[in-house]
Amino acid sequence: MIKDQYILGIETSCDETAVAIIKNGREIAANVVASQIESHKRFGGVVPEIASRHHVEQMTIVIEEALNQADLTFAEIDAITVTEGPGLVGALLIGVNAAKALAFAHNIPLVPVHHIAGHIYANRLVTEMKFPLLALVVSGGHTELVYMREHGYFEVIGETRDDAAGEAYDKVARTLNMPYPGGPHIDRLAHEGSPTIDLPRAWLEEGSYDFSFSGLKSAVINTVHNAEQRGETIAPEDLAASFQASVIEVLVKKTERAVDEYGVKQLLVAGGVAANKGLRSALEKTFSEKAEVELVIPPLALCTDNAAMIAAAGSIMFEKGIRAGLSLNANPGLDIEIYND
Amino acid sequence: MTILAIDTSNYALGVSLLEENQVLGEYITNLKKNHSVRIMPAIQTLMKDCERVPGDLTKIVVAKGPGSYTGVRIGVTIAKTLAWTLNIPLVGISSLEILASGTGRYFDGYVSPLFDARRGQVYTGLYQFENGQLSVVEQDQLVMAVDWAAKLAEMTKPILFVGNDLPLHQSKLEEIVGTKAFFASITEHNPRPSELALLGRNKDGEDVHTFVPNYIRLAEAEAKWLEAKGKNSNG
Ligand SMILES: [Zn+2]
Repeated sequence: MIKDQYILGIETSCDETAVAIIKNGREIAANVVASQIESHKRFGGVVPEIASRHHVEQMTIVIEEALNQADLTFAEIDAITVTEGPGLVGALLIGVNAAKALAFAHNIPLVPVHHIAGHIYANRLVTEMKFPLLALVVSGGHTELVYMREHGYFEVIGETRDDAAGEAYDKVARTLNMPYPGGPHIDRLAHEGSPTIDLPRAWLEEGSYDFSFSGLKSAVINTVHNAEQRGETIAPEDLAASFQASVIEVLVKKTERAVDEYGVKQLLVAGGVAANKGLRSALEKTFSEKAEVELVIPPLALCTDNAAMIAAAGSIMFEKGIRAGLSLNANPGLDIEIYND
Repeated sequence: MTILAIDTSNYALGVSLLEENQVLGEYITNLKKNHSVRIMPAIQTLMKDCERVPGDLTKIVVAKGPGSYTGVRIGVTIAKTLAWTLNIPLVGISSLEILASGTGRYFDGYVSPLFDARRGQVYTGLYQFENGQLSVVEQDQLVMAVDWAAKLAEMTKPILFVGNDLPLHQSKLEEIVGTKAFFASITEHNPRPSELALLGRNKDGEDVHTFVPNYIRLAEAEAKWLEAKGKNSNG
């Protein structure tokens, strides 16, 4: 009988303190997330120093809860895996140092994981990955198209040159006086309106898989501003619908072109914006016509930041032989391609 | 009894192992280098040299601030995680008290350990030894160095200042406190991790989950938010 593999994952890159345990790379044995969102709401966004303070308060509580949920002890854990980056440095440091203390105390291997690799591997908790594949990563901090020819190998073929899609959502929500975080509000509002306002689509140069959302964001702000000056009112639901239509059209068209060019078997969607209903339905509509490509969108709880995804990615990195020493540091600008070889 | 003491609250990084009535070993550097990279290897090296394993530890003592927010958090996170996972007591000690304990034992007067806190401010407190026991005369606080000096100038006892940031404030302190002011030598400015272990040796463990650093200051965003809220509610 082959022994089961248990990986404990820790994620503290932004405003969630999360610990999870994954069995044999794909099965969730425990998944605990302590969200700080209520604390940051009053500031209209995540305050790094406050996020770091909350992580210190929550860290051991969340680890304990995960072990209890899985009914395991450290004697049964094969590796500790932690988000090394990217993210807020002060926040990352809490997870990294807790992970190192655990690895040292129990003499367990320590495996560093890239946050976006984690988001992509959330999909492996839903269905087995089929290579080659393409991952569309959309979150508050990231908008990327990542090509994977095999496990643990990441090639970024396109990324945002300015704002991430989620960032643009939050800023537009602020313009429309909606509370933080604005993404879900815009999504809901967009379904009540129609895309009647002409907003730009940033296709960039021919063949590019990169994204840009700052022009669109400015166009929305200008539209509101100009209307105010003329004493006109714009229906916020129409503006939300128009903005969302622009974001989704660019995301879906570029993704579709990459899927065709790279001839992938799967399209994985990852990151918090994957919860967006407009994006989900547009992707479902486009890819239902392409029988050769399987579209995978994880459930909401696995799209937003969590540690199950980190442990899922960590399981593969552990098998690849990736290890960190006790000098592991938080790396806020970590490159996803660093562990390719 | 094997106590591991950890201090990463300021530029000085310190680790020590204390057993019964003996300091097995201690490690100190005073460098502007990244504590996150160096503290766990320092703990590992010291324990290996002393032929101790994590399972031998019976208590963790940590410097809980004041100091660099990030620095304090690194030490406290490691201390909390080790104490929780090894199921042993955790004791937090003021980062200033460690300095006072290291220099004041044979000084007849008060000790004012200090760390620079920028814009003319210092983190400091006032301590004294009585019958071999360190006691707090003035709680740790954030204060303008000149205001602190003026307050100390009113006191009758001599005052010993200690801390690596003294050069930034020494001339003002000398000028205001006058001949009652004494200054520790450079060999005494690094907080001694063995003093940290000793200070925590006879203290009861604290609740590990709820243990937090003593930042002294609110996060800037929180202070501003409270200020704005106060203004609104006052009309
Ligand atoms: Zn994320």
